[in-house]
Amino acid sequence: MYRYIMTRVLSVFPTLIGAAVLVFILMRLIPGDICVVRLGSGGGSFSEHSVQMCHAELGLNRPILLQFASFVWGIFTLNLGNSMWSGKPVVLEIATRLPISIEIALLAAVIAILVAIPLGTISALKQNTWLDLAVRTVAIAGIATPSFWLGILSIIAVLDITQAISGTPWMPPIDYVPLWQDPIRNLSMTLLPALTVGYRYAAVSMRMTRSTMLEVMREDYIRTARSKGLLRRIIINRHALKNALLPVVTLLGIEFAFLIGGLVVTEQVFNLNGIGRLFVLAVQNQDYTLTQALVMLVVVIFVLTNLVIDLLYAWLDPRIRFA
Amino acid sequence: MRTTTCAKSLATRLTKSLATACLGAVIVATTASPGSAEETPKRGGILTYMIPADAPPSFDAHRETTYALVHTIAPFYSVLIRLNPSNPSDTTHFFCDLCTTMPTPSDDGKTYTFKIREGIKFQDGTPLTAADVVATWNAIIFPPQGVSSARETWYTMVDKVEAPDATTVVFRLKYATNAFLPALADPYAMIYEKNILDKDPHWYEKNVMGSGPFWFTSYDLGQSIKGERNPGYYHAGEPYLDGFVGIFSPKQAVRVDAIRADRAAMEFRGLPPAAVNQLQQQLGDKITVQTSDWNCGNLITPNSRRKPFDDVRVRRALLLAIDQWRGAPALSKIADVKTVGGIVFPGSPLAATKPELEKLAGFWPDIEKSRTEARRLLKEAGAEGLTFELLNRNVDQPYKYVGTWIIDEWSKIGVHATQKVVPTGPWFEAMRDGNFAVVVEANCNGVVNPLMDTQKYLPRAAFTENYGGYVDQAEIDIYNKMLKETDFEKQRALMRQYETYVIDTQAYEWPMLWWNRIIPERSYVKGWKIGPSHYVNQDLANIWLDK
Repeated sequence: MYRYIMTRVLSVFPTLIGAAVLVFILMRLIPGDICVVRLGSGGGSFSEHSVQMCHAELGLNRPILLQFASFVWGIFTLNLGNSMWSGKPVVLEIATRLPISIEIALLAAVIAILVAIPLGTISALKQNTWLDLAVRTVAIAGIATPSFWLGILSIIAVLDITQAISGTPWMPPIDYVPLWQDPIRNLSMTLLPALTVGYRYAAVSMRMTRSTMLEVMREDYIRTARSKGLLRRIIINRHALKNALLPVVTLLGIEFAFLIGGLVVTEQVFNLNGIGRLFVLAVQNQDYTLTQALVMLVVVIFVLTNLVIDLLYAWLDPRIRFA
Repeated sequence: MRTTTCAKSLATRLTKSLATACLGAVIVATTASPGSAEETPKRGGILTYMIPADAPPSFDAHRETTYALVHTIAPFYSVLIRLNPSNPSDTTHFFCDLCTTMPTPSDDGKTYTFKIREGIKFQDGTPLTAADVVATWNAIIFPPQGVSSARETWYTMVDKVEAPDATTVVFRLKYATNAFLPALADPYAMIYEKNILDKDPHWYEKNVMGSGPFWFTSYDLGQSIKGERNPGYYHAGEPYLDGFVGIFSPKQAVRVDAIRADRAAMEFRGLPPAAVNQLQQQLGDKITVQTSDWNCGNLITPNSRRKPFDDVRVRRALLLAIDQWRGAPALSKIADVKTVGGIVFPGSPLAATKPELEKLAGFWPDIEKSRTEARRLLKEAGAEGLTFELLNRNVDQPYKYVGTWIIDEWSKIGVHATQKVVPTGPWFEAMRDGNFAVVVEANCNGVVNPLMDTQKYLPRAAFTENYGGYVDQAEIDIYNKMLKETDFEKQRALMRQYETYVIDTQAYEWPMLWWNRIIPERSYVKGWKIGPSHYVNQDLANIWLDK
C-alpha cells in the first residue's frame, strides 16, 4: 500500500513540470500586452516610455528563459510572486477567492452524491420501468443544460416567483460573507449556484451509477450471491454498489476538481468572487503570473483529487490494495 | 454651502452661441433630472451601488485609467476644482472643491492662483494645505522617475505649480489655453497627502488616504468597497449618507437583477435601452431613469498605410456610404448610442451645428446622393466590390452593434466587410502593430474638453494612441493653432477647419454616433444628477435616500 501511494505521489512532479512549461508558453503566444491594456483601456494617450517602464516594473523586459526560470523557481519555493495586474501577492489573490469556490464545489458534490447514487441505483434496479424512464429523463436534461443558463433561469424564476407572491422581487445576496460569519446569508448566496451546478454534476453521476450498476448486477458473483439466498439489500449494498461505485468515484472526483476552477460563467452569473471569475480576469488582462499560478493550482487540485481517487479505489477494491 | 463661483475668464470669452448652448445643456439636464429641487435632503442610510467592472488594478488615481477606479474611490477624495455636482451637464463652468473661489487668470491667461480652504483634514488627521495640492499636481504633471502618470500629456501647457504659502496654489502656464481649466477639473486628480508621497510615491497604489466626503472603511478584494461618512467634511451638510457599499459586478444581468431586487440602488456607468425598459416594466414608479449624451463615441479608423485605404477616395467612399441620420434612431433602441455628431461632444459650444455637419462627408442629408458619390469614388479608385475585414473589440455595448450596422451600410455600395471580434489585448496589439484594415475604436473622455478630447484624431507623431497610420503636419499645425487660440469665435472656426480636414478632406477617421448614457436608479435615490461622463460626479456627497 505504501509503495502504491508513493508511486502516485511521485508521478505528480512530471505532471506539474509539464503543465508549467505548457502554460508559460501558451500565455506568451496570446497576442497583446498587459501594459498596453492597462495604460490604454481608459482611452488616453500614453508614451512608449510608459510602456517600457511598465515592462521593467513587471519584469517583462527580461529574457524569456530568465522569466521561465523565475516562474519555476517560484513554484518550488512556493513564492508565486505578485499579480501583474493588481500588484498584490498571487497567494492573497487566490486565497481570497478559494473559499467560495471550494464551498460551492463541496455543496454541489454533496448534492450530487445525495441525488446521483440513490437515484442511479434505483434506476438500474427498476430498469425500463416508468421510474427508470423518469430518472433517465431528468439525468439527460441535466447533462444537456448548461449550468450557467440554468443559473440565469433560476435567478429569474426566484425574482418572478417572489414578486408574484409578495409583490417585491427577492434574490440571494450578491456580496459574499464567509460561512462562519453569517451562515444564513452565506447559504442563501451559495445554495442556488450549488444547486444549479450540482444538478449537472448529479445528472452525469446518475447516468454513470445506473450503467455500472446494470453491469455489476449481471456479474456472476451477484448471481452466486442470489443463489446462496442472500438478502437483496445485502447483495445490492455490500456486493453490487461497492463495486459499481469505482467509476462513479472517479467521475465525482474529476468533476469536483473541475468545479474549483471551472465555474467560469456560473460564478459571473451569480456574482461569486471565486477562482473561475479570477481566471477569466487574469487571462483577459494577460496577467501572466496570476494565470500561471491559477493553472498550477488547478493542476495540483486535479492531481491531488486523482490521488485521493486512487486511494479510494484501494479502499473500495482490495485487489488494488494487495496487487 | 457650496462655492458656486463661475470661471469668469471663460464666461467672458464665450459669445452668444455659447450662451445658447449652455442654456440647451441646462434644459437637457433639468429635463433629465428626477425629483424636485424643493425636496429637503434626508440624512442617513447606506447607499449600495454596483460597480460595473472588475476591481481596478490599483487604488492610485493618478496612475490608472479605468472608470472602475473612480467608481471605487472617488468618494474618499477631494479635488481642486470640478463640474457643478448639481448640474454636471453644464460642460463649461467649473466650481471649487478644495479652493475657495474660482480665480480670474492673470498674466495674459498664463497664471491661475487658487486659495485653498482651511481646516480640512485627511482621514489620518493630517491638515490639508496648499503643499499637498502642489505635491499632488506635481506628481501628475511631472511624475518622478519610476512613477507612472496616466494623464501627464494633458498638462503640457503647465510650466510649474507652486505654493507660496499654506493656503495658496499657483499654476504658471507656458501659454494661455482654454484647455487648462477643464483639464484641471479631471476627476482622477485626487488630492494626496504630501508626507505620504514624499516617503513612498507608490503608497497610494495599495492604500486610500483622502479628505473627501467619506472615510475609507474596508475593501474586500475583488468584491466590494465600503465607506462611512466623514464627519468633518468641508461642504456644509454633506454628505447625507451614513455610508456606502460599492459591489463589483462585470456581468450586466447581475446588475439589472440586483437593482430589480433592491440589492443595489443603481449603477453609475449606464445600461442599454433593453435592460432599462425591462426594469421600468418590472418596477414601475420604483425606478427613475436619467439620460444624457455621453462624452464617448465610436470612431472607425481605416489603416491609411494599407492599400486601398491609403487612397482618400476609398476612405471617403466608405464614410459616404454610412447613413448616420437614419441609423441613429433605429440603433438607439437597442444600443447605447443616440446622437449624430462630429469630432466634438454634441453638448459643447465648440461642436458643429447640424447645418455645419451636413456639409461633411458621412453626414450629407441626402443618403442616395451620398452613396452615388461613394460608388463613383470607388470606381474611380478601382476599388469596386471591395472586400476587407473589420476589426472590432469584444465589447457588446456598443462596439459590436456599431460594427454590425456599418457592415450592412457598406453592403449598400457593394462593399463586403466581415467582422473580426477579438478581446481587448489582441485588439490593442493589432492596432498598435498596424495589423488591420479597418477598426472600430472609441474615443471616451471625462470632463468635456474638446481641445484635449479631439487629440485622438491627430497623427501618431502628436498623439501616440492614434492608429490610422497617417502622417500629416498640416493637421498638427491646425490643431496647435487652435490649442493656443483663446478667442472663442476664432477657436471655433479653427475647430471647424480641423474637423473638416480630418473628416471631409482626408477622411482619416470617421466618428460614429455619440453614446447615450442611461442610468436607472431606485426612486428613493435623490440628489445625484447625470453628467456627460461616467468619470465625473462620483463622490456621492450630494446623494440622499428618501426612505
